[in-house]
Amino acid sequence: MDIFLQQLINGLVLGSVYALVALGYTMVYGIIELINFAHGEVTMMGALVALSVIGALALGMPGLPGVLILAAGLALAIPVCVALGLLIERVAYRPLRNAPRLAPLITAIGVSIVLQNLAMLIWGKQYISFPPVLPQGRYEILGAHITDVQIAILVLTVLIMLGLILMVQRTRLGRAMRATAQSRQVASLMGVDVNRVIASTFAIGSALAAVAGVMVSAYYGLAHYYMGFMLGLKAFSAAVLGGIGNLGGAMLGGLLLGLIESFGAGYIGDLTGGFLGSHYQDVFAFFVLIAVLVFRPSGLLGARGIERA
Amino acid sequence: MPEGKRPRWLVFGLLALGLALLPFLVDAGLGRSWVRLIDLALLYVMLALGLNIVVGYAGLLDLGYVAFYALGAYVYAWLASPHFGLHLPFWAALPLGAALAALFGVLLGTPTLRLRGDYLAIVTLGFGEIIRIFMNNLNAPVNITNGPQGINLIDPVRVGDMSLSQTQTLFGITFTGAHLTYYLFLLFTLALIFISMRLEDSRIGRAWVAIREDETAAAATGINTRNLKLLAFAMGATFGGLAGGLFASFQGFISPESFNLMESIMILCMIVLGGMGHIPGVIFGAVLLTLLPEALRYTGDWQRNLFGQIYIDPADLRMLLFGLALVAVMLYRPAGLMPSARRRREFADAAE
Repeated sequence: MDIFLQQLINGLVLGSVYALVALGYTMVYGIIELINFAHGEVTMMGALVALSVIGALALGMPGLPGVLILAAGLALAIPVCVALGLLIERVAYRPLRNAPRLAPLITAIGVSIVLQNLAMLIWGKQYISFPPVLPQGRYEILGAHITDVQIAILVLTVLIMLGLILMVQRTRLGRAMRATAQSRQVASLMGVDVNRVIASTFAIGSALAAVAGVMVSAYYGLAHYYMGFMLGLKAFSAAVLGGIGNLGGAMLGGLLLGLIESFGAGYIGDLTGGFLGSHYQDVFAFFVLIAVLVFRPSGLLGARGIERA
Repeated sequence: MPEGKRPRWLVFGLLALGLALLPFLVDAGLGRSWVRLIDLALLYVMLALGLNIVVGYAGLLDLGYVAFYALGAYVYAWLASPHFGLHLPFWAALPLGAALAALFGVLLGTPTLRLRGDYLAIVTLGFGEIIRIFMNNLNAPVNITNGPQGINLIDPVRVGDMSLSQTQTLFGITFTGAHLTYYLFLLFTLALIFISMRLEDSRIGRAWVAIREDETAAAATGINTRNLKLLAFAMGATFGGLAGGLFASFQGFISPESFNLMESIMILCMIVLGGMGHIPGVIFGAVLLTLLPEALRYTGDWQRNLFGQIYIDPADLRMLLFGLALVAVMLYRPAGLMPSARRRREFADAAE
């Protein structure tokens, strides 16, 4: 029971981070049907920028409370990521909006290679550890442990998701985004500034990526120039699992993927009689992903029968 | 093409002579290591031609293509190395690897027939990762792949008594292993180019293009989309498996490291950058993207010439420049550097 609960907590926390990154993929996909391959690298950039600020402040002003230092890190990481997202959209995607479908995919790959190597030049190849500024509280519930960091991640994710849903459903920008997603031409005929809406989508997605980057580095206590690749891949899988282009789907897919992974890691040995160890957790995750897509080809919450060629 | 006037045999003759002399010219001009690079470029041409069938002709976005390359390489390594104590000749081991890859191609194709576009991409990507993780971990409880250490001492290709990994003297000319490998790879590459060309102009090739353009319409005209999509997967996988076997014999060592997702993405970049569905474009893209990162190693010299000292380690800089080059090429030539006539037309229409 305690193992079950522990894996549940771990899975939910990991899943929230995946969900935040997945939202960035799914929002962009929903609007311009592009897999923004560079999104994982934006997350990585957010984590590294925040870590630099946090490290400098922790060293320079040791008296400052940890939460304030963390907030300062986020306060710089978010604008940097937003600027990066806007720049990528303007330079690498906008000129190719009417090009063959695979062309922007290749520029996305190019941009992610550039960002990765840029980060390597700036921060070096070594792992950067998270400075010890965070509260280290640990609580016990029914035999399982939950830390302050984990609670903060869960609460923050729920708040962000609620905010995002309200934004998309209730605000003018949200309505413009939904209209653009349905038809770019018609939306622009109705007076929607499509370019601005797309840019805003990238900005919002990148801001979420910055937050997720800080979360994931706080959770693991590490950041690295290569961390965006795998994180992006998982998040993208989560978005597809939920039905790409669908906000609720990305949240559901992220949480599910986190849970599948953590339960996979915990139980795969028992399930296979010890034949496969916990290093097969990714195999397990991908198998579930493939199985879901085989039976529901447009993801769990994806629109049925809509052709995406 | 302004070749109408010149007789065809002259063009082919010159081309054949150029290809035959290429390793010696490169050896003399750029050094021995570049001969090996050309071997590698030919290997990538084979891979790109294979992926071109799946993505370029049939329009099935496959991000796990490297899995077939891995399968071919591992089968060759199992059948021709001290790992299991088997030493089959290459003409037996290579086809077995290609056949297993083809089988896995069908295995991957069958459950994914209903998937389209990006959903197919993510499933193939997952498949590639699954294969790689298995290769990485199948050293216990039974040692099948030797895990992350990989398999070593793989037999080189032997023709009669001649091993292609050693320097040989034939007709008074000295051929190093890299030179001999070049001719072997060239032979296979030419065969695959020939097969690709024949496929392109065949009933099957036209059916693939129909599926790529509009699957529903293709099915309505009586094309058996299921069989043809499976055939595309199997053909592509066969090319990949063959290239994998050649790679294993060429390197003498394989490990799961060589078969990661980045490799799949690179091969995709080659065909998109060169010109999808267009054989000369695909070949050009593969050669360019294999040689470009190596050429960018010389950025250290450029820095020294320009600024008098080296500011950034060229090894760190080259992938950055490579990424920028990918973006720049796609921005200026969205249909690829050498697109097929059809795509050029389509793009011109879309741009209006």
